[in-house]
Amino acid sequence: MIEIRNISKTFHTADGSVEALKNVSISIPDGDIFGIIGMSGAGKSTLVRCINLLERPTEGSIEINGVDLCKLSEGELRKVRREITMIFQGFNLLMQRNCLKNVCFPLELAGKSRAEAKKRALELLDIVGLKDKAKAYPAQLSGGQQQRVAIARALATDPKVLLCDEATSALDPTTTNSILELIRSINEKLGITVIIITHQMSVVESVCRHVAILDDGTVAEQGAVAEVFSHPKSPAARRLVFPEGISDSPVVSEAGERLIRVVFNGAAAAGSPLIARMAVEKGIEANIAYASTKSIGGKAYGSMLLGIPGGSETVRAAIDYMTQTPDVLAEEVTPHAE
Amino acid sequence: MLNDLFSPETLSEAWRIIQAEFLTAVWETVYVTLLATAFSIIIGLPLGVLLVAGEKNGVLPLPSWLLQTLNILINLLRSVPFLILMILVFPLTRFVVGTVVGTTASIVPLVIAAFPFVARLAESSLREVSPNTVEMAQSMGASPLQIIVKVMIPESIPSLISNATIAITTILGYSAMSGIIGGGGLGKIAINYGYYRYKYLIMLAAVVLLILLVQIFQSVGTRLAARLDKRLKRKG
Repeated sequence: MIEIRNISKTFHTADGSVEALKNVSISIPDGDIFGIIGMSGAGKSTLVRCINLLERPTEGSIEINGVDLCKLSEGELRKVRREITMIFQGFNLLMQRNCLKNVCFPLELAGKSRAEAKKRALELLDIVGLKDKAKAYPAQLSGGQQQRVAIARALATDPKVLLCDEATSALDPTTTNSILELIRSINEKLGITVIIITHQMSVVESVCRHVAILDDGTVAEQGAVAEVFSHPKSPAARRLVFPEGISDSPVVSEAGERLIRVVFNGAAAAGSPLIARMAVEKGIEANIAYASTKSIGGKAYGSMLLGIPGGSETVRAAIDYMTQTPDVLAEEVTPHAE
Repeated sequence: MLNDLFSPETLSEAWRIIQAEFLTAVWETVYVTLLATAFSIIIGLPLGVLLVAGEKNGVLPLPSWLLQTLNILINLLRSVPFLILMILVFPLTRFVVGTVVGTTASIVPLVIAAFPFVARLAESSLREVSPNTVEMAQSMGASPLQIIVKVMIPESIPSLISNATIAITTILGYSAMSGIIGGGGLGKIAINYGYYRYKYLIMLAAVVLLILLVQIFQSVGTRLAARLDKRLKRKG
């Protein structure tokens, strides 16, 4: 359990002070994949650096399994950091070391013997699918491969928590999916709690179970991904969920349609024509107003906004039909007060 | 004048001197240069590390007065002309070597002149290491010493070697100057024969050998730096 309690962080610069985080509280259950999403400058990077105390919060506390990190000595903190490892947007591999030696790095820091470190590093490179690249240098690898090496390195010290700081932001969509798939399988197999910092909705939708939306240094909203994304309450959340500003237009469109939001949260529906089937079986001809879905490992992730013609009964019927499929959530999009 | 320079007598005389003295002179120059460079690196590299790591946001922040003193000391030593520095450090040279003249004695002023220069070169190399890489090491629980030894220095090895090459060629030039106060080597020969005895041909020969030495050090250094840089290795 990670308890972030009332943390604030103020940076003092020559031009005055900047409040990067204001009274942020988040609790993250063990074994979760937790997304922290926000626009640039929302304070995401500062927040993730407060979790392993690379940045010391000005106020508040970080508790991991009941231990308040802010109260630890530098030496104790260094030991704890072996259990809260991190991967980065720029991979941050040591360019003058080969992949094997990069993975050995945290083990060397922890004082493991050369032979022991090498054995463990080879196992980890195997897990991330790069055993054959052990002797290659980072400059010889693609971005996705470099991030895999970084993941292997982050797993070397058997961490309990993996922090991902914009870990897929420098990668193309296909590579992003394969890295996210790897992170998901690590979470499942090793039970590591994963915290993902991102500005991409698609990343949160495809792997996270819970999400906190960070806006201007405060938590605008947090909860289960499907819940937050199916009816975003805060303006910040709505900006993320409806990047084209759909929420600001009337919910009932000119054609007399009402909108429902369908969230695919790992549904086995990829390839099955859900909307077409609804049209055939129920006679409801949905109009796709917005869609962002992807298939990862044969499962559908993402969300859609459907325009449903007709009255509230048709809308209810459509929602019922959608929710019959496992791992699909549907919700009418209701007007919000700003 | 040119006829004089290349007359059969001067040529045969020059050849005699070259055969008799140049082998020792080249050896002395190389010996002084390599030893002085080694000592300068032993003192200068740790100072360069302190200049980078000791900054306010560095991995091992030092008290600002200490860092400032270090900076001033380095600048001070770097601004004294080498010729004057050689004379200024006579007491030190006498204390360390027992005498102020001779080949070995010239190593002391060379090190005093070169270590601040080496510290600045090391500083600039170490600054090339990305702060993100340092942050990565911190996030894995590395101690300041581990970051210096396992990240900052190894990651900047190619640049450190390039800069060591610059240092070695500069020290080679200084070592020639030390011929004035009794240091040995090619510099002494150039000054003794060329400046005091007007035997320009000998001076010319000594200068050509100095140029050759610089070329050799430079190309070995450049090649070594390139070979050790793993960022340049491509696929295949």
